Amino acid sequence: MKSTQLHIMVAGGGVAGMEAAGTLAEMGYRVTLVEKGDEPGGHLLQWHALFPDRRPAEEVRSYLRKRIEHRNISIITKTTVEKIRHHISGLEVNLSGGTSEKADAVIVSTGFDLFDASRKEEYGYGIYDNVITSAELEVMFNRGRVAKADGTVPSRIGLIHCVGSRDEKVNNNHCSKVCCVTAVKQAIEIRKMLPSCEVFCFYMDMRMYGPYYEELYRESQEFYNVNFIRGKVSEASVNINNRLVIKVEDTLAGRPLKMELDIMVLMAGMEMAASGMKLAEASGMKRGINRFLETTDHHYGNNLSGIKGVFYAGTCTAPMNITDTISHARAAVAETVRYLNGR
Amino acid sequence: MSAGQANRFGFVINPSRLIDYDTSDRKVREYITLREPSFTLCFACGGCAATCTAGQHTSFNLRRMNTYIRRGEIEPLREEVTRCMLCGKCLLVCPRGVNTRNVVSLAAEAIRKLERNEL
Repeated sequence: MKSTQLHIMVAGGGVAGMEAAGTLAEMGYRVTLVEKGDEPGGHLLQWHALFPDRRPAEEVRSYLRKRIEHRNISIITKTTVEKIRHHISGLEVNLSGGTSEKADAVIVSTGFDLFDASRKEEYGYGIYDNVITSAELEVMFNRGRVAKADGTVPSRIGLIHCVGSRDEKVNNNHCSKVCCVTAVKQAIEIRKMLPSCEVFCFYMDMRMYGPYYEELYRESQEFYNVNFIRGKVSEASVNINNRLVIKVEDTLAGRPLKMELDIMVLMAGMEMAASGMKLAEASGMKRGINRFLETTDHHYGNNLSGIKGVFYAGTCTAPMNITDTISHARAAVAETVRYLNGR
Repeated sequence: MSAGQANRFGFVINPSRLIDYDTSDRKVREYITLREPSFTLCFACGGCAATCTAGQHTSFNLRRMNTYIRRGEIEPLREEVTRCMLCGKCLLVCPRGVNTRNVVSLAAEAIRKLERNEL
């Protein structure tokens, strides 16, 4: 069958879904991209700049927008994929709102949810005004002003790594991979914006795994005077001057340390998206112990669901950065085409 | 003459600070690991030491103690274990789910046994 007659549904219009849809359309397939928000773009829509080079996120957004401007792609917004089931003539995909569509293959790219930082109660997110998440800091960067809740300029900001990651207490043993380098990127941005504001990163391990990440870490020390303290913050409170006070062990000094902060930024980790979990439950897709979708093989089957005609792309399988998400989406397309050609 | 004191020639011999992993005594580690397997999960984040009340005023540091036990460095433990008040705040913090309080109890128990040659 000619590719133009084949229809592929893509569930989720973030980075992975957009790249997958664009690649398939380019190859001549008919694609329907289903996005739960008002427009495709996913988490990237709120982001100001990207690691490791701090380029504007808009550059990647506009690349992806162009990617899905194709006559073979129809986009359905404000809609989620509820269920994928096998049908005599292929797959049937149920959408929220009660409609359904037939498809020859489905790429699941439901992505991740940001960890709800209020679950780490000891950090006081949602209780203290000046405790914010890394995503909220990006919004401040977008507005061009980093300020305390009362509008005043902060003189010291702390970035807390591993919030909701590597933490059994919130049922997330996995590392979210991107938060370390995001913290370093954001620390540099704060220092550039507010040169008199001190910045401290509180980390357990610095995981600078990608190209130019380690260089960014070095740059933050060499040119921006970002401070790094190795220790997991145990709790935050507010003192009589309405300043945040954190408790941590400076594990390299081997002594407990307290520090006042004006703003505490929680580097919220990645969790399997709730919408993806719902879809997985309804469609019999397996999930790993970290709740992300389980692929047939971690090494050579990491786009394969084990269900005929259903493939995975992006952070619905594991935390990953944008570069890896785009590669993973292209690989999902390759697997999809291989499947369609082999039928 | 004890090590570290100046002798009549005017020079000093300091005791070795080396952790000699080949001769160190890891019986305490084995004793604890067998009875509290979560002991092995520590990744030295220091959350326990940050929240520890005893650690604010004494040298008690559970993160460091775990490392000493793992390396078979028993001497520094003898004093340390007596300082914990077993309040269990560290249990609430630990991101790896180590049964920290039991680790301290077992370390104290192991040292008592060591002193009575029962280990």
